[in-house]
Amino acid sequence: MSTPSSTSRPTATGPAGDTGGAREYTATGGDWDEISADAMANPDERIVVNMGPQHPSTHGVLRLVLEIEGETVTEARGGIGFLHTGIEKNMEYRTWTQGVTYCTRMDYVAPLFQEVGYCLAVEKLLDITDDVPERATLIRVMMMELNRVASHLIALGTGGNELGATTMMTIAFTAREDILKIFESITGLRMNHAYIRPGGVAVDLPPGATQMVREYIPQIRDRIGQLEKLSLKNPIFLGRLQGVGYLPLAGAMALGAAGPILRSAGLPFDLRKSQPYCGYETYDFEVPTHTDADSYARVVLRFKEMRESLKIVQQVLDRLEAQDRKGKHPVMVADKRIAWPAQLSVGSDGQGNSLDHIRQIMGSSMEALIHHFKLVTEGFRVPAGQVYQQIEHPKGVLGVHLVSDGGTRPYRAHFRDPSFNNLQTLGMMCEGGTIADVVVAVASIDPVMGGVDR
Amino acid sequence: MNDEDKRVTSPSQEAQEAGSQHLEQVSESTGRAPLDVVEVREGMFGVRGSGDTSGYGGLRRVVALPGPSQRPYGGYFDEVVDILAEVLGEAGVDYDDAVEKVVVFRDECTLFVRREHLPLVARSLRDDQDLRFELCLGVSGVHYPEDEGRELHAVYPLFSVTHNRAIRLEVAVADADPHIPSIIDTYPANDWHEREVWDFFGVIFDGHPSLARIQMPDDWPGHPQRKDYPLGGIPVEYKGATVPSPDNRRSYN
Repeated sequence: MSTPSSTSRPTATGPAGDTGGAREYTATGGDWDEISADAMANPDERIVVNMGPQHPSTHGVLRLVLEIEGETVTEARGGIGFLHTGIEKNMEYRTWTQGVTYCTRMDYVAPLFQEVGYCLAVEKLLDITDDVPERATLIRVMMMELNRVASHLIALGTGGNELGATTMMTIAFTAREDILKIFESITGLRMNHAYIRPGGVAVDLPPGATQMVREYIPQIRDRIGQLEKLSLKNPIFLGRLQGVGYLPLAGAMALGAAGPILRSAGLPFDLRKSQPYCGYETYDFEVPTHTDADSYARVVLRFKEMRESLKIVQQVLDRLEAQDRKGKHPVMVADKRIAWPAQLSVGSDGQGNSLDHIRQIMGSSMEALIHHFKLVTEGFRVPAGQVYQQIEHPKGVLGVHLVSDGGTRPYRAHFRDPSFNNLQTLGMMCEGGTIADVVVAVASIDPVMGGVDR
Repeated sequence: MNDEDKRVTSPSQEAQEAGSQHLEQVSESTGRAPLDVVEVREGMFGVRGSGDTSGYGGLRRVVALPGPSQRPYGGYFDEVVDILAEVLGEAGVDYDDAVEKVVVFRDECTLFVRREHLPLVARSLRDDQDLRFELCLGVSGVHYPEDEGRELHAVYPLFSVTHNRAIRLEVAVADADPHIPSIIDTYPANDWHEREVWDFFGVIFDGHPSLARIQMPDDWPGHPQRKDYPLGGIPVEYKGATVPSPDNRRSYN
């Protein structure tokens, strides 16, 4: 890397492709003979290896810049931005309700967390947090906890796959498939749901949904058990993970890493306990911790957290069924100035606005039609000001910073994605280890580049 | 135009007359100072210049954010501010020099810090045992192009695991002089976050060891999250009609 001559004003690094005269190789396929022969001929040179952005173990498009001495990594840096799509900027040009459709695409493995975080922030700006119906909150909690399980399954499955344990991936994805089926029957989509809306949720649970979730849970739990048996005592798995990606408490706090990384160092920090939202203080669950602060400890924690999440889902189901026995409950705030006017239903041509609603606005009430049109095209106004909402994402602390100018669109929406922050721990976890350990350490951070780059 | 200027005495009064949603909070009894006007917009639906017969071109809307709050701030905010004032005093800095104003909105507290005192304030908030805000959850930029001399804001959410408290720091700087001291020697986690704000808003964090772009390519011109940077996009034709790109559509703001 070239050093800028003047340090008074920090600028970007040199132009793309400028190697500063260093020898450069591009390895495609198996043509390593020439490269290794040349490296042997020039033993004094630093060797900097680009791992990614298309390497299969980088969870998408993460570029790792590794300086190596033999097999040992002496310096590790992450390069991101390959998946940057300007979601935050785009949200400034859509209504507050449409914003959900955008933020759900950030961390696409845990989409419902962005949706809930964003909606809680909008509700705080609107000052309607206490008006959100209980049923909507129950559904949100159930969806989030199922999503937490799905997200952890991806972390464990892909992490195992990168070590060569393909069976871990197949079992994890099979279990996740059950969760996606639940999501599909409730929201209509397997991912990118846009199901949580400011003020509540888009549509109530379909008939028989709680029963369906109940039937799936033992199956999911069973597969988690299979995964546990397959991995936790396996000598190769232990050998690859124990003591690798070590990040002690001081390092994790300094680098702002929350979630399983911080808890694996022994601090039981979980926003569901310390700053409860969505009524988490009323559920019975534990925050598991570990003290080894390595990749293995994070795997153990993810297993335990999945079981705790399923415990919460069971409790939500009990409450939802108790509600079902008492009749119908709203899932959207009563305030007609905010509540989305239409309920969704499934017709012969797919999911859409319910026919009853169409009949009313097209046939009998012009005022209802005007109201629907205004709210859907223009959106509702949100008082000017700013709020910050933080929630416990499977990967750490998700922070949503929203600024309103009093209009119908966010003036600024910023998501503090946990993976974005946690990827900074990469250097501390990998330096001094081998190249093979980098793969393990990255898997234990569990970054999802859609969220990192936004 | 001139008639309107005579009729309206001050922007904050105008904000109240315009039916600002903060009206109820601006009552005399709470002692809250007037609103913080950041922008006055004219027209609607993108109507500009002559040729407008709809009347929408004459609309005025005042964008006013919540103004400074008066004591008591409520909750633990008073205690945090008191201890901070004391710690700053011990370091030889007057609290009023360091903190411009305190804004409490929706039970969240924002301290507006003058940029030269930001490193000391951050360090005090982290290190004093009664404050102990160990976590800084990054920094988020906001661009107010009409707020003259304070166009660029940087917002730092802080969280204390020890005391289970959250507050926010905000620093406002001019577009012409977009320098803010880096606080990564206090909060190393802010490394990438500061790079992101540089990348997206052009705020220069002095003292950052490598303030390179992080999301955009290294040779990218401009800072895309600023309000004067266009969103981009092309008009889409569909069945004979044309849908304009998102930033050229009708705006209700």
